[in-house]
Formats: sequence, C-alpha cells, structure tokens
Amino acid sequence: MMPTDASDLELICPAGTPAALRVAVDAGAHAIYCGFQDETNARNFPGLNFSRSDMATAIDYAHRRDCKVFIAVNTFPRAGDIELWRRAIDDAAALGADAVIVADIGILSYAADRHPDLRLHLSVQAAAASSECIRFYTEAFGVKRVVLPRVLSVPEIADINNRISCETEVFVFGGLCVMAEGRCSLSSYATGLSPNMHGVCSPASHVSYHEANGEFVSRLGDFTINRIPANQPAAYPTLCKGAFQAKGAIGQVFEDAVSLDASKLLPALGRAGVKALKIEGRQRSRAYTKAVVGAFRAALDAMASGTEIPLGVLKQLSEGQSATCGAYVKTWR
Amino acid sequence: MFTLSFRHDFRVPDLVSSALRPLPLLPLEVFLRQLTSSIVARHPDILERIGRTDLLRFGIDPVDVPFAMEIELRDGTAGVRLMRSLEERMLHARITGTLAALMGLVDGEADGDALFFSREIVVTGDIAAVLALRNAVDAAEITLLREAAALVELWISQPGKLLRGLLADEAGSGSKVGGDPVRR
Repeated sequence: MMPTDASDLELICPAGTPAALRVAVDAGAHAIYCGFQDETNARNFPGLNFSRSDMATAIDYAHRRDCKVFIAVNTFPRAGDIELWRRAIDDAAALGADAVIVADIGILSYAADRHPDLRLHLSVQAAAASSECIRFYTEAFGVKRVVLPRVLSVPEIADINNRISCETEVFVFGGLCVMAEGRCSLSSYATGLSPNMHGVCSPASHVSYHEANGEFVSRLGDFTINRIPANQPAAYPTLCKGAFQAKGAIGQVFEDAVSLDASKLLPALGRAGVKALKIEGRQRSRAYTKAVVGAFRAALDAMASGTEIPLGVLKQLSEGQSATCGAYVKTWR
Repeated sequence: MFTLSFRHDFRVPDLVSSALRPLPLLPLEVFLRQLTSSIVARHPDILERIGRTDLLRFGIDPVDVPFAMEIELRDGTAGVRLMRSLEERMLHARITGTLAALMGLVDGEADGDALFFSREIVVTGDIAAVLALRNAVDAAEITLLREAAALVELWISQPGKLLRGLLADEAGSGSKVGGDPVRR
C-alpha cells in the first residue's frame, strides 16, 4: 500500500439536484455522485434527483470543468422486478458516467457483462469491511474502487489497503449510520420502507412532528423517536438516533445525534492509502453543498501546500450541531 | 477560513413588527400573488419537481412579522393568500421560522436541515410535501431580488397586462382559496 499524496486525494461530493451539482463543481469537487429520480439510489427523496435529461446536461457541465460524475445505482432490486435497475445501469453507461456506484452483486454482474468499459465502484451499501470481501468484488466483477463502511478505524483501513489491489473511498463528512450499511432494517421495521430496497431511510411520508408540553416531538410511523426540550438541537427522525428508555434511564441507545467530521484525520487517511474522500448529503441544500465542498477543498489545498487545515468551520451544518470522528478513532472500544 | 455568510438569525425588531401590524395586507398580497405567478412561469421545473397534482396547501408562518402566507398548489398552478394568522385545519403543512430564515431557504442561502437542527424553523403536517417543496425551490436557484426585478420589468414593459392582473387580483382577493378540508 502506498500513501496517497494530498494532491492526489479526490474529493467526492454529493448532488441531489442539477443546481447542487453545479455548485459542487464550482466549489472544487473532483467528482460528483448523484442518482436518478427513482428507487435505484439510496436517496430517493421527494423533489430530489436527476431525470435522464438532467443527468445528460449535468455530466456535460461537469466534464467541461474536468470534474467526474458517478451515478449511484446502489439499492437492492426487488425479486422479479430488476428491470428498473438494469435500465439505470444502461442509461448511466449511455450518458457517459465516469463510474456507477453499485451494491447488489446481480447488478454488478449485469454491469460488468453488458458494459465492460463502465467503471464499477462498490457502494457503502455493500458493507464490504474486510480485504477478503473486497477481493471477491474486484476478482468477480472488476470493481475499481470500494466505498468503505463507516465502521472501520484508520489502522483497520490501512490494513485493508495493504491487502487489496483496488482503490478505497471513505466518508469524511455528513450523516452517520451506526448500523452495517445495506443491512439495517430499522426503517423497514418502522415503516415498511428501507434505504436498502426503496432508497429511503425513515421516509418523510411516515414522519411527523408536533409540540407537546414544551417539547418538540418527532415520530416515525407508530413510534415516538424523540422528545427534545426547548432550545436543544434536533436530529433526523431515525430510529437509530432516537432516545429510548432502558434500565430506568432515557438516552440515545444506538447513536448520538451527531455528524461525521473527519477534517483533522485527512492526513492520516492519506497515509492509510485512501484514494478518495466522500462527503455525505445528497438530500441537503445548495447552501450545504457550497459550504462543505468549499471547506474540504480548502482543507485539501492546505494539506497540499503544507499549511494548517481549518477545523470546526461546519458545526452549524451538522446534525445535532455537533461532530465526531466516528469509528475512525473508535474511542468507545 | 470558510464561513456561511447568510444571517438567518436576523429577527425583525418588535418595533418594526408592531408598526407593520395596522397596515392593510391587500397591497402586499397582490404583489406576492404577482411575484409567485412570475416565479412559477419563469421556473416551471418547481412544480414538475414537486411532482404532485393533488391539492397542497402550505402555511408559511414568519414569527417576527404580523402576517402569514398560505401557498396553494393544485394542477400545476400556485396561488397565494396573506392573512393575520393561519387557519391550521386548512393546511397540509406548516413551516414556521423568522422571515430571514424563510427567505434564506427560498434564496438558497440557508440549509433547511441545519435550520431544522438548530430549531430555527419548525415543520409540521405533511413532511413529504415540505421536503418536495424545499428540494424543488432549492433546485430552481431562485434569487428573490432577481425575481422581484423581473416582475417590475414586466410591469414597466406591459402596463396593460399589469392593470389587468391587478384588477383580477383585487376582484379575487375576497374569495377564499378553494379546496377540500384537510384530513390529517
């Protein structure tokens, strides 16, 4: 494994709309990831994503500015209903995507067979957390890059990079999943819809908010997720971030309402052989995209020039208005 | 250092808010109707992106000014009504926050999730509809100042059309926005 120089680290940025894509490109992204307007991608939210026509225009905009576009086709097809996913792969190839981000082995196989020149990235949804698992994907389908699940420490990432031949990409900012991605059934349990199959975690159609006794109450389906006192920061209404009563105490059982911010770990991730740094947040606004992409591009430029990386500038955009380095430092072990 | 420049924490001073209270709403309502029509005409992708043809009625409630707004979407059209306070039972969803925060969302200067985390905006009702509206408006790259300028330009270039529009607005201003009562 070779360390990655700061100047070679790629910044992979989210875009939920063509407008956000343009903002991300202009803010200094090396590549954008986005999805079609259907359940083939893990951010199938109302009002979000790209029509085929949008995608063609967006790819042209990015390519003219030397920026790549990766299309996420990273949900798992339903049995007997795979055409939508196959069509997404075909269209991504036809539109000139620089890569597709895929999780399902059937779709990987289809893409490798039908479009041998289409670059394949393994989605975080595949939860490939070991070198053996990753080698399977590279040998079976020719996967060129793996997005690592957010459950690994930096030394574990370095160890994996020592044992594999493909590139790795890691999340450095945004919402966190505490569960093994692609395998979490909490949203499905509460609503019947999941990020894995339908592209929605805690779908908005099942969310409700109201005030009660001075508290802000969030509900998902039939479950009360949280009761937040006045002036306390709010969080996404996901079961994993909810407050529960256990052994007489009320608190976050699975995960705090907090976002990932690995700004200070960028040099360590480069030394661990990581090739690309990913920002979460296709569901967020242009304002978020501009601020976060700008901040991380400034951080990479600072690294490359040997100056100090600016830290803590994105707190106001974080869930719960607080940040963590997550599993990269694993302080809870 | 990179910082957000948008001052979504600005609050209209109580004195100004009190001074606005006795003013009639009709002139502002007429302007907002014209502005909304102009925005929808200039950005048809907003309604396409929302992707719903059923009746949707949003209550926009700026907490620091003495009026609120009802936006009604139906069959690819948008209407606006201004009122002293919102009629909750008529709404599918309600968005509450300071005027600056709400305008920042429209202008693309503020992030809706961040405002939600910090409790600067509160959303209730049909959250999927709110999300669709938020995403569609953000995608449209609206600048309110530019939209207002486009409207003024239209008024100057087409005074006859302006007059007809104003008369039509005035004639319709007493009527209630139609639609079925909300069941939630």
